[in-house]
Amino acid sequence: MDVLLLSRLQFAAATMFHFLFVPLTLGLSVLIAYMETMYVKTEDETYLHMTKFWGKLFLINFALGVVTGITLEFQFGTNWSRYSAYVGDIFGSLLAIEATTAFFLESTLIGVWIFGWNKISKKAHAIVMWLVALAGSFSAIWILIANAWMQHPVGYEIRNGRAELTDFLAIITQKFAVLEIIHTVSAAYILSAFFVMGISAYHLLKKQNIEFFTRSFKIALVVGLVFSFIEVFEGHLHGADLAHSQPAKLAALDAHWETSKRAPVYLFSIPDEKNEKNFIEFAPIPGGLSLLAFHDFNAEVKGLKEFPKDERPPVLITFGAFKLMVGLGFYFCLVTLIGWFLRNRLVENPLFLKIMLFSIPLPYIAIELGWIVAEVGRQPWIVYGLMKTSDAVSPIATSQVLTTLVGFILIYGLLGAAGFYLIGKNAIKGPEISAA
Amino acid sequence: MDLQSIWFFLWGLLWAVFFMTDGFDFGIGTLYPFLGKNEQDKRVMINSLGPLWDGNEVWLITAGGVTFAAFPLVYATMFSSLYSALMLILFALILRGVSFEFRGQIEDTRWKKIWDTCIFIGSVLPAILFGVAFANIFKGIPFDGSGYHGTLFSLLNPYGLLGGALFLFLFLEHGAIWLCIKTEGDLHQRAAATANKLWPVLLFIAVAFLVATKFATPLYDNYIAHPILFVVPLIAVVALAGVKFFILTGAWFRAWFSSALTIVGCTFFGIIGLFPNLFPSSIDAAHSLTAYNASSSSLTLKIMLTVVIIFIPVVIGYQIWVYNLFKDKVNIEELKY
Repeated sequence: MDVLLLSRLQFAAATMFHFLFVPLTLGLSVLIAYMETMYVKTEDETYLHMTKFWGKLFLINFALGVVTGITLEFQFGTNWSRYSAYVGDIFGSLLAIEATTAFFLESTLIGVWIFGWNKISKKAHAIVMWLVALAGSFSAIWILIANAWMQHPVGYEIRNGRAELTDFLAIITQKFAVLEIIHTVSAAYILSAFFVMGISAYHLLKKQNIEFFTRSFKIALVVGLVFSFIEVFEGHLHGADLAHSQPAKLAALDAHWETSKRAPVYLFSIPDEKNEKNFIEFAPIPGGLSLLAFHDFNAEVKGLKEFPKDERPPVLITFGAFKLMVGLGFYFCLVTLIGWFLRNRLVENPLFLKIMLFSIPLPYIAIELGWIVAEVGRQPWIVYGLMKTSDAVSPIATSQVLTTLVGFILIYGLLGAAGFYLIGKNAIKGPEISAA
Repeated sequence: MDLQSIWFFLWGLLWAVFFMTDGFDFGIGTLYPFLGKNEQDKRVMINSLGPLWDGNEVWLITAGGVTFAAFPLVYATMFSSLYSALMLILFALILRGVSFEFRGQIEDTRWKKIWDTCIFIGSVLPAILFGVAFANIFKGIPFDGSGYHGTLFSLLNPYGLLGGALFLFLFLEHGAIWLCIKTEGDLHQRAAATANKLWPVLLFIAVAFLVATKFATPLYDNYIAHPILFVVPLIAVVALAGVKFFILTGAWFRAWFSSALTIVGCTFFGIIGLFPNLFPSSIDAAHSLTAYNASSSSLTLKIMLTVVIIFIPVVIGYQIWVYNLFKDKVNIEELKY
């Protein structure tokens, strides 16, 4: 194994692990802020208990999200120094703006939220949580703008042997960034909604704290339902945009080999990368891909063969991750819709509650698959069309990267196990509601 | 001043503020096994920094981010050259951060012992390694166009280790004084005695470092060229004397501000001496990275300057509010961690 492969593995491990915690932070912070606001407004103690119970789970998750985030920033310098030197003028400034304008606020105020219950007024305490939630979202927005630039670089010129900024506004307002932000933040809200619904379902199945968990479930249900539908609709636009911004990725998503007009979508197919065709193609919808990509049955869609072999993403992984993610997206719409009709009879529908309990991991899987689609689907480029991943890696020793990769796997493995154990333990224990 | 010089000193300022704020967290984490005699003492110690450490750590993220944005070539070369040292710091910070949250989650001695160990390692290791890293940068790093020609252990030369010791003791003193502010009773007495005992050791190391710097680095060249600059190390020395004075009079807040000023003074002593170098090469001066040959385009520097000038004062504003909110003694009835 060489430095390139090890560094890629390390980046993937560090990012995917970080991404297990960030989405819940993004979504749950908003739900908690809402619960706390309801408490301040109505003085209904149940909302206070909800704030504290979900807040406890939130904080364990938050800690893991924060500490694993530092790795991501460091890694660009340690493992991807050629990338950092080449695009730092643009990419570095986006990260620095994220830290200065958003992450500072989030990290400073979370301490106030944890320790400030008796230090500031109830209203101020609720506002602090809204600010934590808002800052978290802004953090995500800046990071996604930076990623969108890697996916679809704009607003730069190659000067002095590197990419230099020419149009800042173009970078932060480009369509790709907007689509990616809506897509990822919606996904985070879906994940958080399913987290809250799943844990609530567990307690409703046991018939404990019914009022508490019914209320929690319903708040999450609204969020889950709305954003599941937004996600499917917006996901379609995001995919269609690839026809212009990343045609090779689009071709890989559907394992579309030959450039053709009236390109079909298959309900089921398996790509055969070696022979540049599909093993199986079943149930074609003629013109389906053309319609999805260009909103026109007869439009021409570029096939993979249009691109030199060394400029195609790994087809099987991209294709598989995409199809599974889309399937899960539709599943989230379906179960939240069913939930909507059952919302006033939750306890009488144990089967539905069981489905929701066992659905907790699914948005996690979907969101990781989404990351794979975005990042593996962009290969072999680190910045699409501008810089190859193989040209981006640091001139460091293989042994160094191997050592840290093993270190990451060990430490993250143990921390992840401990973190999920603690979240699970506290989730099962339920809220601490005093007798009074 | 040109944009590059402004950014050079902003870069130094961010590091200085990071050391000044998270420094006392590292100090307390290192004193933790020695001063935390029982469970309650330990919890008080963690709670004394509980509301603040996370916000403090972001100064590191920002210092890193600004290095990336303003001096991408420095970011690339520094982080890949010091790969192993930085990764050790990173692992340490990861463990420290989760320990505060995880430790109190399960009432079990073995469980707590694991996180106690992580708090100590996660504090002492970054304290020393940041000092080692900066001392080596002052000295020059063995790298050229083909990369870094050294190992983790070549950083552990005598001057590097002296830098590590200096940072460690600056932070220990800083942390002990913060504990004096935040605690009462027995723990307070022990923290005060520790602060008092640490001082002469810190003074000795600081003097040794100032002298060694003359022989191991070219840092004094800038001072000799512009003697007025000697004001900066002088401030650091006076502030260090102030630390002792205020410890003796029991004026803990003043002692803490003096200690903060000492840390900022020490950092700027190095930063000024380094100028305009950011990452000097010890084997080939032609490859040394400076504020001028490693900076971003002037458009990026201008945009970033606008962002920093607007937002950093805002950050300082709300962080002062938070510090002020949590300046009282830790209430043992309201421990969160």
